[in-house]
Amino acid sequence: MRFMYDGTNLVPEPLTAGGEKVVPISRVATIPIYELNPHFSPSSELLSFLAGRQLLLDELSFSLDQLHAHYENGYVSYQKGVVPTEQGHRCMRCGNDAPHFFASFFCARCETVCTYCRKCVTMGRVSECTPLVVSNVPPERVVYPHPLAWTGTLSKAQQRAADAVVQAIERRAELLVWAVCGAGKTEVLFPSIQRALELGDRVCLATPRTDVVLELAPRLKQAFPSVSTIALYGGSEDRKKEASLVITTTHQLLRFYRAFDVMIIDEVDAFPYSVEPMLAYAAEKARTKPSALIYLTATPNENWQREMKQGKRSAVTIPARYHGYPLPVPTFAWCGNWRKKVNRGTLPTNVLAWVEKRLQEKKQAFLFVPHVELLEKVAAILQRFDRRIVGVHAEDKARKEKVQSFRDGNIPLLVTTTILERGVTVPNIDVAVLGAEDDVFTEGALVQIAGRVGRSAQYPGGDVRFFHFGKTKAMVKAKRHICDMNDEARKRGLLW
Amino acid sequence: MVMCLLCHQRYEPRLGWSDFLTVKEADVLCEQCRRSFSLIEGERCHQCDRPFSLISDSYRYGELCTDCLRWQQADEWRDVLTKNRSVYVYDEWMKDVVTRWKFRGDYALVEAFRVDVRREFFRHFSADVVLVPIPLSKKRLYDRGFNQAKALAEILSLPIADVLERVDSEKQSKKTRMERLRTVQFRLCTREWRYDQCVLIDDLYTTGSTVYHAARLLKQGGVRDVSSFTLARA
Repeated sequence: MRFMYDGTNLVPEPLTAGGEKVVPISRVATIPIYELNPHFSPSSELLSFLAGRQLLLDELSFSLDQLHAHYENGYVSYQKGVVPTEQGHRCMRCGNDAPHFFASFFCARCETVCTYCRKCVTMGRVSECTPLVVSNVPPERVVYPHPLAWTGTLSKAQQRAADAVVQAIERRAELLVWAVCGAGKTEVLFPSIQRALELGDRVCLATPRTDVVLELAPRLKQAFPSVSTIALYGGSEDRKKEASLVITTTHQLLRFYRAFDVMIIDEVDAFPYSVEPMLAYAAEKARTKPSALIYLTATPNENWQREMKQGKRSAVTIPARYHGYPLPVPTFAWCGNWRKKVNRGTLPTNVLAWVEKRLQEKKQAFLFVPHVELLEKVAAILQRFDRRIVGVHAEDKARKEKVQSFRDGNIPLLVTTTILERGVTVPNIDVAVLGAEDDVFTEGALVQIAGRVGRSAQYPGGDVRFFHFGKTKAMVKAKRHICDMNDEARKRGLLW
Repeated sequence: MVMCLLCHQRYEPRLGWSDFLTVKEADVLCEQCRRSFSLIEGERCHQCDRPFSLISDSYRYGELCTDCLRWQQADEWRDVLTKNRSVYVYDEWMKDVVTRWKFRGDYALVEAFRVDVRREFFRHFSADVVLVPIPLSKKRLYDRGFNQAKALAEILSLPIADVLERVDSEKQSKKTRMERLRTVQFRLCTREWRYDQCVLIDDLYTTGSTVYHAARLLKQGGVRDVSSFTLARA
């Protein structure tokens, strides 16, 4: 949208008399800010819609007249969507400032060449003529006395971590919770979310994947039945609601502004490298000051592990699974030039033997391969042994159905890329990696893959096999990581 | 290393000696994204470019598809449109790409079509035509920020005549075929022109009703020959 700006007043183009000079909002030198006018009676509907959010005009259902009156009386502010930087531009919604993530076009809205952010364009285009609208009134604080309905008990290690998180929330501090795959980290959050809600805090749980939002939201709603809770992801119905407890994907987090006193980021290491700066920006923007920041992960990156050892990063570990059995430790198996074999339509002998044994014993398994291109080839080779074997990858349209079919026991072995390294939990399975030396299999990815095995208390063991054509540092580190966790758990008396 | 315009993955563009010699520019897409586009190939309707491989034989009438036969059988529509030519098959992939481009508003994606659009256009049309992009209503143009048909026309570097104006803002996709046929969609916004040959430009050819309506107006305005060219054939 274009605005008329005469040095004192800022008026949106549709509200001008016409004939005045109008410019895209990015060309307005300083956007005037008005003090809150106590004699103005604001629309409570508008204020609650905008509370803690940063939205585009297209996302608002209020008239421009009404919105602008709230602006002139100090209740809302306009911000520039795209601002110039030394090397180009910065998107103020997602923080992107990489020149290759911007593009320009002749814009029909401002009738000039206009630069927009390509990084967050799927959420509605932010360009040089796009104002971001925020509320100047902080969101309402609701105090819930004893909101937790969950009556389960935490393990010793879970309890210790939960106490640390409660403390971090009370002190508005930052804390990393390093919990092994299957530690039961959601339950760890229950006492701390309870404490936050008792204090009247607004709590956000952000995670990279929609699947996780969909899995966590009902569990949290059940644990906190009296609390207003919403789940946000692309296409979610809850978008317009205000709530004390928000479970959201990182993308949806971009629409928040100074909203949360407690920010919990789940699976912080799972973000693709390119999304990391956006996540940090979104989380920072969505927090109030001061606020608590809690990171949850099973596989912190090297940097964070080092900072923890040096005592520069406050952290708490849960080295044991909730069921008290040790993590299955991977074994390495050299399998020669497996790519050559795949191209000839076969697989290394030891890999075939591993697969045949699972099929004979009727034990379900995942076989991870490094790239999508290999997926179909490997699946086709294995279908000669059992026609029910299929491959599944991230962009697979039938992904949900295939995973469900595996859960139902109709697929004996699933060939997959690293997408299934997290989240998918099936009891009593074995796991193998073909080509564990590939770059995509980082320490974190391998630990997550191994973490698929032995999740349930009934079947706490299982085989984790890394077939490789040359051991890598990542493989060795992943194995050491798992052994270290088991050692620490044993030392702390957390294992059976 | 460059970033693929569509999937944002880094990739190494493949350049051979011939590319250096002809100063061919590297593709803006990675190989995998490029492979996902399906160009219209093989036998197709002489009139509208619909590939016969994608429809059952009962929809074929000699060189024509039955849709085009219907247009030709109606007196008021016969000979209104010389031909339609399209670049890609409107499959799931194309649907996703067009959605990102047009509805999400990622204008830059037009670059992904450039090479194919130019090659296919000049395979079927000569360079002495005038391009007429199908317009959007004022409101829709403001909402989207750009007209996708105009963006396509601009990559052809030929004269463009914005002579049409939309009078009906209702979405075409929400109407039945009969309703589409009856509604007046456009009007000519100028009479100060004389062109011999025009090519209408749009993103999609679905039933043909949009381009047939526009073509009839141009013909009534005195253009001798009107064809259409679209990014995809649904």
